[in-house]
Amino acid sequence: MNEIVCIVCPNSCVLRIDGEGENLTVSGNKCKRGETFAKAEMTNPVRTICTTARTSFKDAPVVPVRVSKDIPKDKIFDIMREIDKVTVSKPVKRGDVLIADVLGTGADIIVTSDLLTIIDKENENE
Amino acid sequence: MSNYYDVIVIGGGPAGLAAAVQAKKENASVLLIERENRLGGILKQCIHDGFGLVRFEEKLSGPEYAERFIDEFNSLGIKALTLTFVTRIEKTEDGFEIHVTNRSGISVYSCNAVILATGCRERTAKQVFIHGTRPSGVFTAGTAQYFTNILGQMPAKKCVILGSGDIGLIMARRLTLEGCEVLGVYEAKPTPSGLTRNIHQCLNDYNIPLHLSKTVTRVFGDDRLEAVEISQVDENMKPIPDTGEIVKCDALILSVGLIPENELAENMNVTLDPGTKGPVCDNNCMTTVPGVFSCGNALHVNDLVDYVSESGETAGRAAAHYSKKERGTIAVKRGKNVLSLVPQMLDLNSDLGKVRVYFRSLKPLNNCRLLVKCGDSELFTKKYAFLRPPEMESLTVDFSQYDLNENSEITFEIEVTGE
Repeated sequence: MNEIVCIVCPNSCVLRIDGEGENLTVSGNKCKRGETFAKAEMTNPVRTICTTARTSFKDAPVVPVRVSKDIPKDKIFDIMREIDKVTVSKPVKRGDVLIADVLGTGADIIVTSDLLTIIDKENENE
Repeated sequence: MSNYYDVIVIGGGPAGLAAAVQAKKENASVLLIERENRLGGILKQCIHDGFGLVRFEEKLSGPEYAERFIDEFNSLGIKALTLTFVTRIEKTEDGFEIHVTNRSGISVYSCNAVILATGCRERTAKQVFIHGTRPSGVFTAGTAQYFTNILGQMPAKKCVILGSGDIGLIMARRLTLEGCEVLGVYEAKPTPSGLTRNIHQCLNDYNIPLHLSKTVTRVFGDDRLEAVEISQVDENMKPIPDTGEIVKCDALILSVGLIPENELAENMNVTLDPGTKGPVCDNNCMTTVPGVFSCGNALHVNDLVDYVSESGETAGRAAAHYSKKERGTIAVKRGKNVLSLVPQMLDLNSDLGKVRVYFRSLKPLNNCRLLVKCGDSELFTKKYAFLRPPEMESLTVDFSQYDLNENSEITFEIEVTGE
């Protein structure tokens, strides 16, 4: 028997996991997502990464980015190193892909703000 | 050009944006005033995800959440004054005069209703009484977040975090990802202040220790912070003498609470609630001063942005339709085991069909029920398996079904039903 706290939403349900291998039963979850989370934690724990990428824009030295879907927990620092290699020099916008299929995880690194587009427009107008 | 608007919103964070958008949708003319150069408020630097789970059923980052509202704000053609600071608000016979200063100088705008969406401030080192020198390297979590996420500069190499508020936990993870060694999070209270999920995904995932009932009692260092002294505290959160240990670090990050920002409200003699530290409001987010509305973290500190937007919309809708008709307000009071409660009043002359109520319990409680009473009679109850002060609860109540009059007094209390 294992007890973990669900991190899917702020309810923070305490999940109780019984059984082994394929035969896991989950209790304590208020919704279906809790069960999915608990099973993943026992087999292949996944997380998201939210960070920033370097830019060549003077008024915005970094731009926020995240993974487009959950990635394996043990790949977090490897993916951080991949993002460190990038310098954004174009006025990217929200949702633009910076790195496709990062480290073969199937997840893209996407931009989460229009900041650079806005700054680019402001500079044009000046 | 006329300087009159039906509704003026002060603050361009998530609460102000939602309020402005909603007021505009209700056909009011709207002006939003923001002191920073861009809209979005604190969400601009909250690059982590988890925003919008309730509203959009998506895990968005702060900028993504804010920009959805900014896009809508812009598409509705609402006017915003940025880099503009409100210096004072005067009540006039017809409404309000908003005095502002910006790069064009000083100007005055007038409106029928004003919405205060001024957010909250972090408590600083001065408010937590830490002894010692005043070296650089002592930051609030929000400042450390600004350095890291907006300026792209690392504020620390090896740090200690005081306080287990959510921003502190988020920053523990953020700094770790960027290569900083986070030695530990110290919390004076016996229970954590942040959301449980953040303890797990920000601390446990990265093996960052959480030390409860311990606090920082002294800082050392001349130009830059060199070390902090950590002491155990007793049940009254007073440091126990001779329990001090020295921890070497180059930064101390404070996540010791947020206080609603209400200087403008206080200057207008709006009554504040000692429980929420925000204005006393009715079910339409109207304060004790008719025509003055409050929403978001200025009203009470929220842990979910979804609720911030929600109160912004309530305020925006009500402000757009504000007329000087008499209110019939009755008090909604905090009873046993309730730390904070919003709204604190009900306006019997308004629609009471779907009143959003937010509350926090005074302490962690298991197997309990919320009891809503009118005088001695019980209106309704709701069961909770557990309630924790860091996790605000919300519910929608139909007060129109009850026979309320000007003598009614509503009380919210929490009763523990057993182990």
